[in-house]
Amino acid sequence: MNNALMNQLGYPVLTVTVFLPLFGAILLLFIRGKEAIRWITLLVTTLTLLVAFPLLSNFNKDTHLMQFVERHEWLPSWGINYFVGIDGISILFIFLTILLSILSVLVSWRAIDTKVREFHIAMLLMETAMLGVFVSLDFFLFYVFWEAMLIPMFILIGVWGGKDRVYAAIKFFLYTLAGSVLMLVGIVVLYFKGGETLNILELSRIRYPFLLQCWLFLAFFVAFAVKVPMFPVHTWLPDAHTEAPTAGSVILAGVLIKMGAYGFLRFSIPMFPDATRFFAPVIVVLSVVAIIYGALVCFAQKDMKRLIAYSSVSHMGFVTLGIFSLNSQGLEGGILQMLNHGIVTGALFLLVGIIYERTHSRMIADYGRFATLVPWYAGIFMIFTLASIGLPGTNGFIGEFLIILGAFTSHREFGVLAAIGIILGAGYMLWLYQRVFFTHQSTVVRDNHEILDLNKREAITLLPLILFVFWIGIHPNTFLDYMHTSVEHLIRQVNITDTPGTFAEYINLIGGYR
Amino acid sequence: MLILIPLLPFIAFLINILFGRRFIRDRAHYVSIPAVVGSFILSVGAFMDVLDGRVINVNLYEWVISGSFVVPVGFLIDQLTAIMLIVVTSISSLIFIYSVGYMHGDRGYYRFFAYLSLFVFSMLVLVMSNNFLLLYFGWEAVGLCSYLLIGFWYERPSASNAGKKAFIVNRFGDFGFGLGIILIFLTFGSLEYLKVFSEAGSILGQKTSIFGLEVETITLICLLLFCGAVGKSAQIPLHVWLPDAMEGPTPVSALIHAATMVTAGVFMVARCNPLFNLSHTAMTTVAVVGGVTAIFAASIGLVQNDIKRIIAYSTVSQLGYMFLALGVGAYTAGIFHLYTHAYFKALLFLGSGSVIHALHDEMNIQRMGGLKRYMPITYWTFVIASLSISGIPGLAGFFSKDEILYRTFLGGGTGKILWVLGTIAALMTAFYSFRLIYLAFHGDFRGSEEQLRHVHESPPVMTIPLILLAIGAIAAGWVGIPSIFMEHGDRIGEFLAPVLGRPEAEGAHSTEVMVMTLSVIVSIIGILMAYIMYVKKTDLPERMGSALRPIYTMLYNKYWFDEFYHVTIVRPVLRASEKVFLGFFDGRIIEGVVNGVPDLIGSFSQRFRRIQTGLLSSYGLIMVLGAIIIIWAVIFSR
Repeated sequence: MNNALMNQLGYPVLTVTVFLPLFGAILLLFIRGKEAIRWITLLVTTLTLLVAFPLLSNFNKDTHLMQFVERHEWLPSWGINYFVGIDGISILFIFLTILLSILSVLVSWRAIDTKVREFHIAMLLMETAMLGVFVSLDFFLFYVFWEAMLIPMFILIGVWGGKDRVYAAIKFFLYTLAGSVLMLVGIVVLYFKGGETLNILELSRIRYPFLLQCWLFLAFFVAFAVKVPMFPVHTWLPDAHTEAPTAGSVILAGVLIKMGAYGFLRFSIPMFPDATRFFAPVIVVLSVVAIIYGALVCFAQKDMKRLIAYSSVSHMGFVTLGIFSLNSQGLEGGILQMLNHGIVTGALFLLVGIIYERTHSRMIADYGRFATLVPWYAGIFMIFTLASIGLPGTNGFIGEFLIILGAFTSHREFGVLAAIGIILGAGYMLWLYQRVFFTHQSTVVRDNHEILDLNKREAITLLPLILFVFWIGIHPNTFLDYMHTSVEHLIRQVNITDTPGTFAEYINLIGGYR
Repeated sequence: MLILIPLLPFIAFLINILFGRRFIRDRAHYVSIPAVVGSFILSVGAFMDVLDGRVINVNLYEWVISGSFVVPVGFLIDQLTAIMLIVVTSISSLIFIYSVGYMHGDRGYYRFFAYLSLFVFSMLVLVMSNNFLLLYFGWEAVGLCSYLLIGFWYERPSASNAGKKAFIVNRFGDFGFGLGIILIFLTFGSLEYLKVFSEAGSILGQKTSIFGLEVETITLICLLLFCGAVGKSAQIPLHVWLPDAMEGPTPVSALIHAATMVTAGVFMVARCNPLFNLSHTAMTTVAVVGGVTAIFAASIGLVQNDIKRIIAYSTVSQLGYMFLALGVGAYTAGIFHLYTHAYFKALLFLGSGSVIHALHDEMNIQRMGGLKRYMPITYWTFVIASLSISGIPGLAGFFSKDEILYRTFLGGGTGKILWVLGTIAALMTAFYSFRLIYLAFHGDFRGSEEQLRHVHESPPVMTIPLILLAIGAIAAGWVGIPSIFMEHGDRIGEFLAPVLGRPEAEGAHSTEVMVMTLSVIVSIIGILMAYIMYVKKTDLPERMGSALRPIYTMLYNKYWFDEFYHVTIVRPVLRASEKVFLGFFDGRIIEGVVNGVPDLIGSFSQRFRRIQTGLLSSYGLIMVLGAIIIIWAVIFSR
């Protein structure tokens, strides 16, 4: 336990936070009435936020060690423990998850009217599983939460989704499961090689032989790359995002696809530092391909949700590019961009969901001149469009700038290529905006004279996200402060090297192992 | 106190955008005008503060901290910034007042004033920043405002296209600009001006390798920064957005062309003069791009018929002059021209707005004529502005333009060639300016009866700004009188010297007189040619047009730049996106594998399913066969 601080709060704050939604889900079994179910779910998710607040105020930013740690024996004969804790990387995602869960409940208030109880139970289970992933410090526990996320999301898409929901749900499930299985193999290997323990912190302190590192890195990489999703395993994402109900898309884009990048930060980099440095150039290339490819594909989209889904591929390319730049600007930019993407893409899915409720169309061609019809909606959509294309003053800028700075430092040419993504981003987003809000009046507008602007509930849903767009844009240090120590520690871990540095030397090394 | 200079317009923006639609509506100018006038007064105060050579440098807070990357939000007010503050706030104030009349009754009145205020805020941040990242903030923010204002009448497809085009074309420039900033940080370890500039000399000779090329770091930095300037200040090859920007309401055009936005590039290069001075290659590039743009844009202006587009090309051309000045190291001359140009260009735009307003959105000068009689104030102020831009002695444009041509002439071999280009451009400038005047204001009215009945001089709220700007177009140049006329006449040069330095080479007085005389003669020839062609022999333009058909077509079509970009960039991106990436790559290859694997498994299992026949006898047969094989294997493997 010398990698972990003790719990500075006297009570199991993480356990309470993680399992409160699960408790809420059980509670819902006994509740009747749609309205009551909605209110209780809202109450539970909000309560989770309140319960989690002490994490922020008591967080010690000067240490990279795990904080608020709890550890209990679970299956001692297998070395399995209930072991949770957070550091400067995971804390922000806890709050992102909690916030987006609240907003997802709010946005589903009217949109979900069938099987209301089941829907909310799925949402709450989802929240527990996601929070669990971010706090787990034991591989077994982690894997349980990791797989547990799949099921509620599979149900959310498959039951409350759009036209092709079943295809999308199965595709999502198989894709991610295929990735996870390899990770499971990796975990088992780690268990035996690492002294029969599943303690993530213990396992991170062992220096594995280079070749083993490489195999393990690849096994984990597949699982995480599918989740991110990285090019070329991204094709589940457009289908899943498009067919999922709004709340599902928000959670999917906001939190679920962050798990892959989080996995890189928590496992791949600290456990397999030599393999990380070895494979980093490959991942950087894949990231840049994702940035440009994802952006280019956006130009051909006819469905708003699909466009935003593909833009996620591009934005997540920035995230992985930053992370595998392996310097502080790149890593911090990457982590910040994960938050940013959750906020901005989450908001864009919320917005599309809001307008879909009124027009029942996601086709861009059905829209036009909506700025006249719904001015507040148009204004807010503009804010998130600008954040998405990284305008200075919004959160997107800080993240992208740090990432490109980091990438430029370590892989100069790829930093330059990634910057092309920023031009393309402005292109497809402004074109989308133009087609939806400007120019000709559309058929949908003519047929529906009374399309209402945002109501109070919707405005309240979007307000916190707007706040974060500008907060991160104008004073990012509030958020960067949490990461500094942990990121520095990560960089130290990856740079402690007793193996040669250059590519050619690596090749020799592999030859030597044979 | 100084923080209020940008903050006042920003507050006005917030108030108007949040409460405009419901509560403020057509009273929006009561919020915005006091704010911008307040900024102006404070700017004058700031100007006074730095008059004695003081420099104010304050950091408000640390904006971004990540590892060694630390950037503050902070302001630097020196002589250069002070001049920019005066230009931006004074011109903006007049444009705001003018807009009260021009935009009267528009449905988006509150929105208009909100965006204008945001525009001024952005530009003020841009010029006041003390580091490159905050500069970039202002830089992109003016881009956003131009997007919002050019596409202000968003119902028109042409307007929303133009707004989008402005933003995206600028992004191409910003692509380089952003990388330049990153390279500055990696080279100097800081983004603060004072630190970077003081260490600039130490990196001479340092090389950077990129894409297999070895480049001098300082040259690379300067060229990347200049990319941004080319985009923002509409120089070749990124000038294509500016003429289209005419889709915005006319006060916006005036604001973009005179006070905010396009001058940003000139300001930025002047600001970075300690860097540019170190790179001969970069300086030459700046000068050549400027000189070529000056004559290129002027030549397009010769044949255009849209009143605002002519003035727009004139701006592109005049900006070319400014870069020409910067490129030959005459930074003061460049900023001086930026300052005089602001007055006469704002005047030209507001004057054309007055005409358009009077004729109910008529913009084609071929359908105007004889307006002199109906709109005397507009006419006379327009003439003053045109004389000023043509460089007629005594007016503002004369002093600054002459300074540029003179400094270019002194700039060695390349300088001589560029000086020839500049002088020809001066001829064209005089010609197209007066072609516009003769076609629009002289002769007979060629529009509809209906239009003629309604022609009127604009209300005082519009004409008073015109008159004030006309005074500026006359007198603004008197702060930079060359020493051959008056000892210590070049007050602006002295004032800016601490920031921009003094020009190195001083030529003989006779050279200066020669250059000056020649350019005045050239301007007068230009005006006379316009007079002959459009007043005396009005059939001449027609005849010349058909005689020089290919050239005319090329100029009229603006050298086909837009078409070129459409074929080489826009269409390939859209095609590739639809057919190659989405259709083939995503659709066929990746999805082919993804859906193919389950299909493959499916078809395998279809085959293997046949084994399970359910017939006991066949199962028995297989079991026996299996047993025989195993036994055989066990026995013979020994």
